[in-house]
Amino acid sequence: MSVTHDSGRKKNHLDRQFDLIRRREEAGELSNPKGYRFARKFLSNRLAAFGLVVFTLIVLVSVLAPLLTPYNPRAIDLRNILKPPTWEHWFGTDKVGRDLFTRVLYGGQISILVGLGSALASAVVGVLVGCYTGYVGGWRDALAMRVSEIFMSFPQIILVLLLVAILGQSLSNLIIIFILTGWGGIYRLARARMLSLREEEYVQALRSFGLSTPIICYKHILPNALGPIMVNITLSTAAFILAEAGLSFLGLGVPLDIPTWGNILNVAQDLRILENNWWVWLPVGIVISLFVLSVNFIGDGLRDATDPTQQG
Amino acid sequence: MQQNKDVILKLRDLKAHFPVKAGVFKRTVGHVKAVDGVDLDIYRGEVLGVVGESGCGKTTLGKAILRLVESSEGQVIYCSDDEQRDLTTLDNEGMVPYRKKLQIVFQDPHSSLNPAFTIFGSLEDPLKKYGVKSRAERRKIIGDLLEAVNMRPEYMDRYPHEFSGGQRQRIGIARALSIGPELIVCDEAVSALDVSIQAQVLQLLMKLKQEKNLTYVFITHDLSVTEYICDRIAVMYLGRVVELCDSEELYNHTLHPYTRALLSAVPVADLDKQTDRIVLEGDVPSPVNPPSGCPFHPRCQSAIERCKTDVPKLKRYEVDGRDHFASCHLVDLPEAV
Repeated sequence: MSVTHDSGRKKNHLDRQFDLIRRREEAGELSNPKGYRFARKFLSNRLAAFGLVVFTLIVLVSVLAPLLTPYNPRAIDLRNILKPPTWEHWFGTDKVGRDLFTRVLYGGQISILVGLGSALASAVVGVLVGCYTGYVGGWRDALAMRVSEIFMSFPQIILVLLLVAILGQSLSNLIIIFILTGWGGIYRLARARMLSLREEEYVQALRSFGLSTPIICYKHILPNALGPIMVNITLSTAAFILAEAGLSFLGLGVPLDIPTWGNILNVAQDLRILENNWWVWLPVGIVISLFVLSVNFIGDGLRDATDPTQQG
Repeated sequence: MQQNKDVILKLRDLKAHFPVKAGVFKRTVGHVKAVDGVDLDIYRGEVLGVVGESGCGKTTLGKAILRLVESSEGQVIYCSDDEQRDLTTLDNEGMVPYRKKLQIVFQDPHSSLNPAFTIFGSLEDPLKKYGVKSRAERRKIIGDLLEAVNMRPEYMDRYPHEFSGGQRQRIGIARALSIGPELIVCDEAVSALDVSIQAQVLQLLMKLKQEKNLTYVFITHDLSVTEYICDRIAVMYLGRVVELCDSEELYNHTLHPYTRALLSAVPVADLDKQTDRIVLEGDVPSPVNPPSGCPFHPRCQSAIERCKTDVPKLKRYEVDGRDHFASCHLVDLPEAV
């Protein structure tokens, strides 16, 4: 690279590159559609890409379970009780001879539905309420705050016991319970972010144009609050899957005949199985951890990709 | 501006009080009187400077004009050819046609643009609201606006963090211009910029004023800026206007002792020039509990007995045939003028 410092210097490599960029910008070629920029940033984050692959894989395998395994997850086979992994039964069999690989696949359907579904639904409720009340303040804010406190001060396990006693043990009840106990955290997060963001001058500028409250708070302010909310969703997905596992383990979650990751782990209550039959609880434990990990990576990736100040 | 008496905005006894709550039951124990009875006429096409030290209510006044802060009393009357309308009585729907006429440029270029949106994304919603339906048209308008503030139209697809402070401030100006306002409140619009950029932005503001026939309410604490651009200057102290006159008048025939102190504090780049600094003692009194009588009397060097009891009104004087408003008892004394 030859740089001469007189005024009529020749264009060097960097100058030419800059000219090229400038020409492209003038031609409008650099104004990528937002979606493209987002995807590029997300995929260039290796952990996020890894998370996405693992996540997709687990979801696909769960959804396509009937095609991937010849067994019925509820079929009892008393001749093959607690068999270690073989070519016939990849993950072995459980106490009543059901194929564990099949149960893990089918269990994924329910567990992912419960985990991701509850996390997303409670996030939607929390964000809708938190953004609006946090922005407008006043009695609406106070009311929402008190209501969320009531829900959050209730111990989850008691609420579950109560609702299971009243409504019976079912999948939809479990999801409702998770939403009821879970929306408060995200609501508070969204509200807290709103309280500080609403004082920014760009918000006042939007107000000075007379834009409506929903447009200001959901369209313009919310994207700035999305980072921590996204992380919180992924964390609560993990927490809900584990909570489902925990409640099913106690026999309070999904009815025991429906395979879920939690119900499969349930048998590890038995000390003999814990000590002698590792294949019953280890594979499903690994799958849960992988899934939770991949969701967390995706959340981190989403947060970074939505932040325009981070170059991708 | 003497000959042109076409008023665009009248403020009548405008007050913005904020309750102070204390104790377990959140009882209102007092009010912060941020703006405490301001009367002003703003003429079409002028630059009205509003000056005063920190906490005197300048910004609150600007925001009360746009109803970004709700005023607690008084009127903001918008005057056009065929009607006069008190903006404080309108609801949000009713405000919409007037939102188009009044705009604001903010102080802090770092928080005045939404970091999550491109410039186009930030500026397009107001246009949408005011009836520009097609996206191509909005892009065209925003491109033209950016050119008007000496920036390249392609910049509309960039994010705020990719711009410098001066550039952002110019984008803020472009945003205020986007719906064709008549009056722009510049709330410390250049205070956060360094001096060379300040001059650049001020020149831009003046150029735009000429081109688009704008009126500015220029809120600042920088008296050298007001001298440069303002036609008239209102000096505020503790939520009130204490002196109001043409800007040369203010510098040549200062009537209010507070204004005199302010002017003496303007730094002059001349080593030989000895100025008599009037150093004010103490702080601005609390706007929750303003002093009796003239709000300035505890710090005024020439206060007389009457200042402690009577609140001076903003009175009209005539100096060299020009209007000059001041609220000070001393001006009425025979030896003062």
